[in-house]
Amino acid sequence: MNWLKQPASDTQVTHGQRLWLYVLAAIIMFLLVVPTLLVIPMSFSASQYLEFPPREWSLRWYETYFGSIAWMDATWTSLKAGLLTTLLATPLGTMAAYGLYVSQHKWSRLVFIFLITPIMIPVILIAIGAFYVYVQIKMVNSLAGLVVAHTILALPLVLIVVSSAFRSYDMNQEMAARSLGASRLTAFMAITLPQIRFSVITAALLSFLTSFDEVIVALFVSGGDNSTLTRNMFNALRDQIDPTIAAISTIMIAISSALLVAAQVFGKSRD
Amino acid sequence: MSSISSPANPNETLLKQHAAREKWVLLGLSAPALILVLIVMVLPVGWLFYLSFIGSEGTVSMENYARMLESKSYGRIFVTTFKVSVLTTAICIAIGYPLAYFLSQLPSRAANICMLAVLLPFWTSLLVRTYAWLVLLQRKGLINTWGIEAGLWSEPIALVHNLTGTLIGMVHIMLPFLVLPLYSSMKAIDPDYLKAASNLGAKPSQSFWQVFFPLSLPGLFAGSLIVFVLCLGFFVTPAVLGGGKIIMVSNQITNNIELFFNWGAASALGVVLLVVTLVILYVASKLLPLDNVMGGGH
Repeated sequence: MNWLKQPASDTQVTHGQRLWLYVLAAIIMFLLVVPTLLVIPMSFSASQYLEFPPREWSLRWYETYFGSIAWMDATWTSLKAGLLTTLLATPLGTMAAYGLYVSQHKWSRLVFIFLITPIMIPVILIAIGAFYVYVQIKMVNSLAGLVVAHTILALPLVLIVVSSAFRSYDMNQEMAARSLGASRLTAFMAITLPQIRFSVITAALLSFLTSFDEVIVALFVSGGDNSTLTRNMFNALRDQIDPTIAAISTIMIAISSALLVAAQVFGKSRD
Repeated sequence: MSSISSPANPNETLLKQHAAREKWVLLGLSAPALILVLIVMVLPVGWLFYLSFIGSEGTVSMENYARMLESKSYGRIFVTTFKVSVLTTAICIAIGYPLAYFLSQLPSRAANICMLAVLLPFWTSLLVRTYAWLVLLQRKGLINTWGIEAGLWSEPIALVHNLTGTLIGMVHIMLPFLVLPLYSSMKAIDPDYLKAASNLGAKPSQSFWQVFFPLSLPGLFAGSLIVFVLCLGFFVTPAVLGGGKIIMVSNQITNNIELFFNWGAASALGVVLLVVTLVILYVASKLLPLDNVMGGGH
């Protein structure tokens, strides 16, 4: 147990004296990760009641999910909404981040704060506000309406992530390209974008997840043929504990983990 | 440039004009995003603001606000919202501070691995995590089954569809929002300060409380603020884990619309929620740069 007597930091506190901290941190990290993951084995249970560990394994809840037209439609709607939100929010947010950063305009800060308000104000306001307006213009239950509302929720994240990339990027490189005759657009595309691409990819992944996981706006403005997966899940949760939800949750955890891995692999520069 | 050329130089005037025009063009790149937010957020929220002053007779009135002051049930909703938000924030601080501290003391490779424990829930759907807690905490759920088998308690205890369940779910969801900004502010503390403190004879606990802790306060404040403000507008977790017993402002807004079609009442509640949120953020921005607060987690 020599390790316990070794200093753990510059303040000469030993690992032994810090043991309580390690134990506490381990418990907290366990509670952060494991409860969610327990849903995965439970989803392969053959029983109507969610058991852990399952006494008998089966794929019946996955069969129910993949065999249900309603669940499949909802999944497609969510995937489409996520993809369209990403395609809209990423370029718009990157453009805004570039303009605000490069112009150093006296209004830049104000516009930045305004553009990140959608994640600061309670989502319920955006949800019922959009719902009210969509009712008037007959856009309730439309994919377009859902995507536009999700886009303003994703924009702040794109703006924050891409802006921070610009702050650590040397704009003189773009200047050099332009002094050699490149237009601003060419210089941005050829010089700047490749160097900030990691942040842009992270921003795109976050945009997708923002839309794909979003519940409250979807609850109000999606419906009918365009119900999202989360909307249907939420409604099912309020009624009963349907094991099909465990199967869907497992698939959603797989998607989030894949995106997190993608962000770790593609979203970080290898330096 | 102005120091070498005379102010009458026509080139300089032209250059200045050109630079000013270019600044506007560049600022204009944010216009599409700006227009979208104006149409989809500002316009509808403004409309709600207007609706909140329209009474049941269709005329301008304060009845929607008066009802909030008079009705006991509305008072309870505000108290519940405040209580749940304060408790969630307090528990997040109590749990999140040691965790962030632990992470900040690790060598970077180990910290990156342990950080996944914070990031994984952050990236997992809120609905999925809420569902997982519902499954674990219900009467016949895992916690109750194991607790009874281990002889810790004999009857299933009510862990869900009440305040306990709501708090467990909300703390789980909010913790990363506290830990991430706190961690980055702890990493920014110069370790030389701590070396200096122990060099001057401070015990480890002294150098922690008198040097490290005060320096970590801005990050703690930023994280707590994000958690508290997000809690105020929470909807999904109280709706699922509160089982209809924990009615927060957002839940009541939904009830007003879905059950009673009462847009005036819903809008007035929304306006109150919005004003409270903005006031808190405004006061906080006076104490701390706001874009740092919101960007702290990234």
